[in-house]
Amino acid sequence: MPEIRLGDSLYSCGNGETVLECLERHGVAIPSSCRSGVCQTCLMRALSGDPGSLAKQGLRETLQAQNYFMSCVCRPAENLGVALPDQAGLRTRGRIVEKTFLNERIVRLRYAMDTPVDYRAGQFMNLIGPLGDVRSYSLVSVPGVDEFLEFHILLLPGGRVSGWAYTQAAVGDESEMLGPHGACFYVGGRPEQPMLLAGTGTGLAPLYGIVRDALSQGHTGPIHLYHGALKASALYLVDELRAMAATHPNFNYVPCVFHPEGAAEGMQIGDIKRIVLDREGGVAGWRVFLCGDPELVRELQRACFKAGAGLRDILADSFLPNRSPSKPA
Amino acid sequence: MSSIYEHIGGAPAMDAAVDLFYRHVLSDERICHWFDDVDMARQAAKQKAFLTMAFGGPNNYTGKDMRVGHAHLVARGLNDSHFNAVAENLKKTMEELKVPANLISEALAVAESTRNDVLGR
Repeated sequence: MPEIRLGDSLYSCGNGETVLECLERHGVAIPSSCRSGVCQTCLMRALSGDPGSLAKQGLRETLQAQNYFMSCVCRPAENLGVALPDQAGLRTRGRIVEKTFLNERIVRLRYAMDTPVDYRAGQFMNLIGPLGDVRSYSLVSVPGVDEFLEFHILLLPGGRVSGWAYTQAAVGDESEMLGPHGACFYVGGRPEQPMLLAGTGTGLAPLYGIVRDALSQGHTGPIHLYHGALKASALYLVDELRAMAATHPNFNYVPCVFHPEGAAEGMQIGDIKRIVLDREGGVAGWRVFLCGDPELVRELQRACFKAGAGLRDILADSFLPNRSPSKPA
Repeated sequence: MSSIYEHIGGAPAMDAAVDLFYRHVLSDERICHWFDDVDMARQAAKQKAFLTMAFGGPNNYTGKDMRVGHAHLVARGLNDSHFNAVAENLKKTMEELKVPANLISEALAVAESTRNDVLGR
C-alpha cells in the first residue's frame, strides 16, 4: 500500500483509493468540489513521488512543472509526499550581496542564499522585513544563469518593507523569506510560440526575468515586451532592455509613458493598454504574460483572451497592495 | 460515439471548448457584465466542469453546488433571460465544434435541467 505523507503525518492509502479519499478517511479536511479531476479545488503539490499523468491532465503547464496535481483523481502507485498549496513554500535565509538604485523609487536587492532555492524567474518570494512584515517580491534572477536571487522593490509611501529596503538595507544584511510561489513563468517546449509581455512599474521585474529565462532557454519566436510608467523617469532598465533588443533580433522592447514630458525617442506615449492593443492585432496562439497594476492586468487579460489567446496561455500576476501569505509558516 | 465529450476528443479537447464558450460569453453584451469581477482562470475551471457535465463526461454534479454557486448572482437579479443567453452561447459553441444536431439537443437538455438550481427556484 502506498503511503501519503502530509506535513509530519503518514497515511496509508487503500487499494484503488484516491489521495483525496485517503486523507478524508483519516479525518483530514480537504476542499473539493467536482471530484472528477476538473475543477482543481482539491489541488495539491507532490513534494516527492509521482502522482501520475492523469492527475495532472488539464492543469496549466506552469502548475504541472511544479508537480501540482488533483488529489481527487490521483490513485498513487508509489509513496507520495504532498503539500496543500499554501503549505508548499519553504523558509530560507539570504544575505544581501548587492544594492543598486534603478531609478528614483526602485531599488534592486541581490541576495546570496544559505541553501539553493528551486524557483523560476517570474515567481515571487515572501520577504520578511526586519519588523516581521511580510511582502511579496517577484524573482528577477534566472536559475542557472544568476547565482543570486534578485528583487526590484518599489518604494511605497509608508511602506514598511520597501522603506527598509530603500533606506536602511545594506550589503551584508540578512533576510528570511518564504517561497517560491506563483505560476507566472516561462516553460520551455514551444520555442517558436510568439510571446507578448506587458506590465507597469515593477511589473517589469517578473517580465524581465521571464524574457531572460526564455532567451537563455533558446526561445526563437517573437518576444514583445511593453513596459508602462506614468513618466519617462519612472521607467527603468531602459538601456539594458534596448541592448538586449539589439543583440536578440526576436526580442522587441516598447517603453510606454503616459505623460509626454521627458519622453525619449522610441517611447510610445499614452495608455499602455491602448498601445498594446493597437500594436498587437490578433494574439491567437500567443503566450501572454501580464504583471503589475491589477486593473491593467485584468483588462488586458480579458482583451487578449477575446483577441484569441487561449486562457491557459495567459499568465498573470496582479500586484495587490500588501500581498502576503495567509499564514507565514 | 456515445457522448459529445467523446465526440470532440475527451479531456484533452475540453480546454479549447471552454475557451470558445467563455469567449462567446464574454463577448455577449447581455451577460458579460456578470463576469466583470471574476477571476478568469477560476471561472474557466468552473465552466470546464459545467461543459464536461453537459457534454456527458465524468462529473459529480449536484444541484446544491449550482444553487450555492449562483445564489449571490440571483440576489443581484440573475434571471431566465441570462440563463437563455448562456444556453445560446453553449449551442453556438457546439455548432462550431461540429457536434451533430442530436447530441447538441441532448447537451442543451442537460443544461436546461440545471435552470431551477442556477436560478434558485
